[in-house]
Amino acid sequence: MKLDRTDQQLINLYQRGLPVCERPYEVMAGKLGISEDELIQRLRRLQSDRVISRVGPVFEHHRAGASLLAAVAAPPEQMDLVAARINRAPGVNHNYAREHPYNLWFVMTAPDEDTLDERLDELEQQLRLPILRLPMVEGYHIDLGFAIDWEALA
Amino acid sequence: MTPRLHTDVCSVLRNSPPASPWGLLRLRKLLEKGVPLTPRPFQTLAEQAGLSEAQVMDAVDCWQNDGLIKRMGLVVQHRTLGYRANAMVVWDIPDEQVSRLGRQFADIPFVTLCYQRPRRLPDWPYNLFCMIHGVSRDRVEGQIEELIRTHQLQQCPHAVLFSSKAYRQRGGCYVGSD
Repeated sequence: MKLDRTDQQLINLYQRGLPVCERPYEVMAGKLGISEDELIQRLRRLQSDRVISRVGPVFEHHRAGASLLAAVAAPPEQMDLVAARINRAPGVNHNYAREHPYNLWFVMTAPDEDTLDERLDELEQQLRLPILRLPMVEGYHIDLGFAIDWEALA
Repeated sequence: MTPRLHTDVCSVLRNSPPASPWGLLRLRKLLEKGVPLTPRPFQTLAEQAGLSEAQVMDAVDCWQNDGLIKRMGLVVQHRTLGYRANAMVVWDIPDEQVSRLGRQFADIPFVTLCYQRPRRLPDWPYNLFCMIHGVSRDRVEGQIEELIRTHQLQQCPHAVLFSSKAYRQRGGCYVGSD
């Protein structure tokens, strides 16, 4: 995905610190030397091109509700099927295939711990596979959006 | 019954009249989908949540100060940009060293997330997780070797789980059912 210098600057400057004011996009546009309208068009394009998933807040998982990293060891030939079933369960917001006997890794969220446990129990029964449940004990890295290495990507 | 929320502090907003807990709950749910791309996005959110624009901005400020919102801005899809290699590296670190090492890992630019999680013996011996987003698999493997060298982790078992496919990648939906 080729992005021009303005797109890159927009990403460099605003993975955090979206202005909280009546016209945030006008403020951001001012920093980049473009019009508010152009800035909004750029954000729309970045979103439709899937360069960004959204403009928005990233919530602190622990405080926004309950969440947990989970994994299952699906039979390799059934991975797509099992992944689709996992995605149908409520509260699943990440689901990746990874190269390991535990080959499907997903994050399940819920408003509270009890609901989370119920959701996992139910999914476990549906899948007929044991779910490895790995809650966070301690977080060391706050997600601030890391600096994109444009040169390595060029 | 009013919704049980992490908004106790924030229901008494600084500049605007108190917002209803239900309005704040609706706002939380709307924010999980993102800030609208309209010239006055907080006004748009306010109309949808049944709050005033000032109440929305105050709530967002408050949640940011409070740490419920970690950051607000462009949420980048690294894969689209060309970050093709994503590795979850897991380590079996002696319990008394895991916190210190976790904090050290967190300062390394290419480590994008780092957490301690429980072991689940005998199936899962690893207690420290870090995520590396890289441009290529070779580069990521080099970065892992660098980690092992600089932190003398030759004796600590580890595993590298490259992701081969993303079945879903999106922000959390915590409020209500989805």
